[in-house]
This record gives sequence, C-alpha cells and structure tokens, in this order.
Amino acid sequence: MKNKTFSKIVSLMLAGVLAVGVSACGSTASTDSSADASADSTTTTDASATDSTDASASSDSASTDAGADLSGNLTAAGSSALLPLVKDASEEFMKKYPNLAITVNGGGSGEGLKQVAAGSVDIGNSDVFAEEKLDADAAKTLVDHEVCTITMAPVVNKDLGVTNLTTDQLVSIFTGKTTNWKDVGGPDEQIMLVTRPSSSGTRALFKQWALNGEEEASNQALETDDSGTLLQNVEQNKGAIGYVALSYLVNNDAVAAVSIDGVEPTLENTYNGTYKVWGYEHMYTNGEGSDNAKAFIDYMMGDEYSAKLEGMGYGVSSKMSQEAVDAHKQ
Amino acid sequence: MKKNSKGRGGMVVVTICGLFLIALTVTIGVFLFIKGNVTFTTFHHSIGEFLFSSDWNPTDMAGQGGGTVGAAVYIFGSLVTCGLALLIAVPFSLAAAIFITEIAPDAGTRIFQPAIEIFVGIPSVVYGWLGLTILVPFIRDVFHAPMGGYSVLAAGIVLAIMIFPTITTVSADAIRGVPDSYRKASFGLGSTRWQVIWHIVLPAAFPGIMTGVILGLTRAFGEALAVAMVIGKTRAFPANILSPTNNLTAAIAADMGNTANGGEHNAALWTMGLLLFIISIVCIIIIHLISAHNKKKTGMA
Repeated sequence: MKNKTFSKIVSLMLAGVLAVGVSACGSTASTDSSADASADSTTTTDASATDSTDASASSDSASTDAGADLSGNLTAAGSSALLPLVKDASEEFMKKYPNLAITVNGGGSGEGLKQVAAGSVDIGNSDVFAEEKLDADAAKTLVDHEVCTITMAPVVNKDLGVTNLTTDQLVSIFTGKTTNWKDVGGPDEQIMLVTRPSSSGTRALFKQWALNGEEEASNQALETDDSGTLLQNVEQNKGAIGYVALSYLVNNDAVAAVSIDGVEPTLENTYNGTYKVWGYEHMYTNGEGSDNAKAFIDYMMGDEYSAKLEGMGYGVSSKMSQEAVDAHKQ
Repeated sequence: MKKNSKGRGGMVVVTICGLFLIALTVTIGVFLFIKGNVTFTTFHHSIGEFLFSSDWNPTDMAGQGGGTVGAAVYIFGSLVTCGLALLIAVPFSLAAAIFITEIAPDAGTRIFQPAIEIFVGIPSVVYGWLGLTILVPFIRDVFHAPMGGYSVLAAGIVLAIMIFPTITTVSADAIRGVPDSYRKASFGLGSTRWQVIWHIVLPAAFPGIMTGVILGLTRAFGEALAVAMVIGKTRAFPANILSPTNNLTAAIAADMGNTANGGEHNAALWTMGLLLFIISIVCIIIIHLISAHNKKKTGMA
C-alpha cells in the first residue's frame, strides 16, 4: 500500500482539484460573480455574459415571442416584501424565454440596494427609496422603476382576539410602553414584539406610516431576518405582534391582520387612501441595466402581468387614488 | 541525512505551503486589526466605551459617525451563553470520558468514542435548526418563557451539545495518558476504583482536561449560526435565564450584510470580530501555557 505509484496518483488528483478550484475562482471578472447567482443556473453556455441577447428582444416584452429570445442570467435580490411577486413573475417570464435563468433572493431592502449598487446583482428590490439607505453618490447611479405598491399590515396570533388598534395604541405597543394585551382590550397576555432588522424596508415603511416615525423598542423585541420567519413566530406565540406585507397574507390565514383606527388593511382601502401604511415597490438597476433586466421589468409593469399583481396582494400603481398619493407627499 | 535532488522538490513544496499558511494567519490577524481599529481611530470612540457601555446606536451611513458603540450587551451575552454551556457540558463530558476510559474501556474505544465523534461532524446549522424547532417551543411550553422560548437557556443548551464531543474526546485522551503505574500503585494501597479515579487519575489528567475545556470554550465563543437562531437577538441584557438577548457572533452574522460600507455600524462590527479573534488567541495561548507547565511538572509530553 505504500508504493510510490499510489502516492503519485493521489498527489496528481490533489493537484488537479487545486487547478480546477483556482481556475473557477479566477473567472469572476464579470458582474454575475456572486455565489448565489450562478450556482444553479442551467444555461451555462452564455454564463459569463448577462446581456448576450438579441438587440430586438429588449423592446417588446408584453407581446408574444415573435422570434426574439432572451438568454443568459438575471439576478435579483432585496426586499422580502417584494420577493413573492418577483419570484412568481420570474417563473412566468422563464416560461416565455426558456433560455433565460432568473435567480431571485431575499435579504432585505438594504441588502438589495447595496448589491445592485456594487454590481453583484442586476436588479435590486427595495421597499424604500435608494436615497434613504445608500449615500448620495451610490444612489445616483441607480435607476428606479416603481413597479407596484405594497401595503403593510400589523399581524397578531389568531387566538388573541384583538382586531383593531388605534394609532396611539400601536405606537405605545411598538415602543414598549404597553406590555400586556389587557391594556389595549385584549386578554391578559404579555405582548411579544417580533420585528425586523433596521435595514428592512418593511420595517422602514411601517415606522414611517404606522408609527408616525417613532422608533421601535429594539431592546424588547425579537429580531427575525425575514417576513416568513416573522410570520412563523407570530403564528406560534399567542401574545406575538409583528408586521408583514399583504403579499404574505393573501392565501394565508395562519395569522390575523389588525385594523388601524378602524380601517382594515386591504387593497381597496389602500387605493382610496383611507389605509395609509403603504409604499411603492422599487426595482433598481445599475444605470439602464442589462437587456434582460429591462425586458423583465417591462414585463412586470406591463398589462399582461398586472392582472396577477392584485391577486398576489400588491397594488397597481395606476389605481392609486389622488387622495392616497397626496397623503404620502409631505 | 543526504539531501538528494529527488527529495528537494517535495521539501520546497512543503516549505512553501507551510510558510503560506503561516502568512495567511498573520494576514488575517493584521487585516482584522486594521479594520477593527477604525472605530477608535476614524470615529473617535474609546475602548472603554466599546467594552463597557451598553448604549448601542451606531450611525449607518457611509462615512458618518456620531453614534454610540457600546457593545456591552453583546459581550455579556457571549460570556453568559458560553459560561452556561460550559456549566452544562463539563460534568456530562467528564462523566462520559471517565466512562469510556475507566469503566468500560473496550466498548468505550470501539463503540462510544466513535459515536461521540460523529457529533463533531454534524453541521452547526443543523444544531440551530433542531434548537429552533424542538428546544425553543419546549422551553416556551414547559418553563413558560415570556418571549416565545428564545432565551439564554436555549442558546446555552445548544452550545453545550456542540462542545460536548470536543471536551469528551480530549479529556478521554488525557485520562488515557495517565500512566498505569499510578493506578496500580493506588490499588495496591487499597483504594476502591472510584477513589482511584477521583483522587489520582483526574488530578493527574487535569491539564489535559483543562485543554479540552478551553478548546470547547473557543468553539462556543465562535459559534454564530446555531446561536443566532435560538437566542432571540434582542438588544438588551437578559432579565433572567429565560429571556432573549444577543451576542457578538449573532450580531455580526445578522447585521454585517446590512450595514453600509465605511459607516460607523460597519466599523463597530469589525471591532467585534477583532474582539472575538483576540479572545480565541488568548484561549489558545492559555492552552499552550498549560501544556508547557504540565511538561515541566511531570516530565511527560
């Protein structure tokens, strides 16, 4: 067993592994070098070029294929509130253009903005404007596309029995002044705050429009990395309260949404301006973006897809009434 | 030994690899040191504020300072969870080590020790997941923990399970290293088996056991993902063992990706990373001191 040929073969194998590893790491000059993007893309033929499409493909996306074909990679990351929509749209889009591989990740609005500004993803999803999270120079390089609106709703456990809270009650709960549900008309149960990290767009929107800018009590809240985990926590703990985008509540009655000042968090109330906790969903590209990115965003904002938007809990920007838009101008 | 040309090539490769690894470790240390110092040099905070103040409110815009970076909550969280993990793990580990080596040596070396070593191979995210799905609801229901069961206790138990195999295997090796002549002499004087173990073997193996304990402590200190999943990440000192809190590694894991590069928050997280690095180095130095002291005292390697 200790003969030279065996050790020679082993050292050759190890050298081969090293060589493959080094060469794989070396070919990351192009923008789609982030690990999550290229890991599971099936189209490896044009893996290194994100805009290897035909020039004619980028202009029309709402109509049928007509011979234009998109291929390559497209990566999007960021807001967990927008994630269900982008995932669904990417699946539909990939059905139209089977040679295109779209990878969508979460990570929060702050993450998405950072990554698109750094060039590691093509599209950065965010619930807030880039200027709020990035510095002015980085934000200037990004181009904003407001694809839809999103409504945030406070959620509580189904067994709690609280269906309405006034704004003052909401503020005092989230700033930690009220600690028991019996002080706001609920059962005798300790309030358990479940919240998101400070980089989250969901949290920023909720703070601005539901809490009137008051800062949440981070020293009394459980912090969860994304909306899905937050929902799970609220579902499993009777005294829990958190906040999520409507898109997570659409076919999900595991938790109960709470009305604010008597107004239910629904799309109709968002459109007519009575429910104020909403914001635009932004999809940012670095500069004009690759052809794939432009085609995808046009598809999402086009008529073909907007029919599905509302079904998933997002609002169509054109349906927002003037009262709603004015209420948000400050 | 004659240096012939055939051996030369291998020697060169080995020397290069060895030097490369040493250079890599030193580079990591220097990099952490430079990045970690930004909080003190660029943003003008004091080390005392970082270590002892609990006012954590750093600014998150690139290039802007003006916030506070009191990391005492995180440091305390790390210390408390690791201390609790040691408190839980050490008795069990010692007992297991004694069982493997003294009580059932045959079955011990053939069956139990390999079985314990399997624990080391389980990824830490699996421990975190088990803690999240089984341990946290258990604590919530049985102990009526206020914040859903995310607590210091949950983190301590998860860490204890993770460091238990390390401490056990190193302690078992230390106990086996005690010369048999000690035991025979003691039996010859009429001791029972337990007296031999408790009064002779364990004190003789004490340096090796301490090494195992400190190795386990180092692993517990550096554990990020498993702890982050069960500790609740609440930025406050824990009121009791059933309250959630935060610790250094969970803070770095959760916040690092979200902070702006060049901002104060980012710099403070790098300082936390530097602190963890320093703690690990201190622990390893302690291990070396113990084994050097041991060599001098007993003359055994």
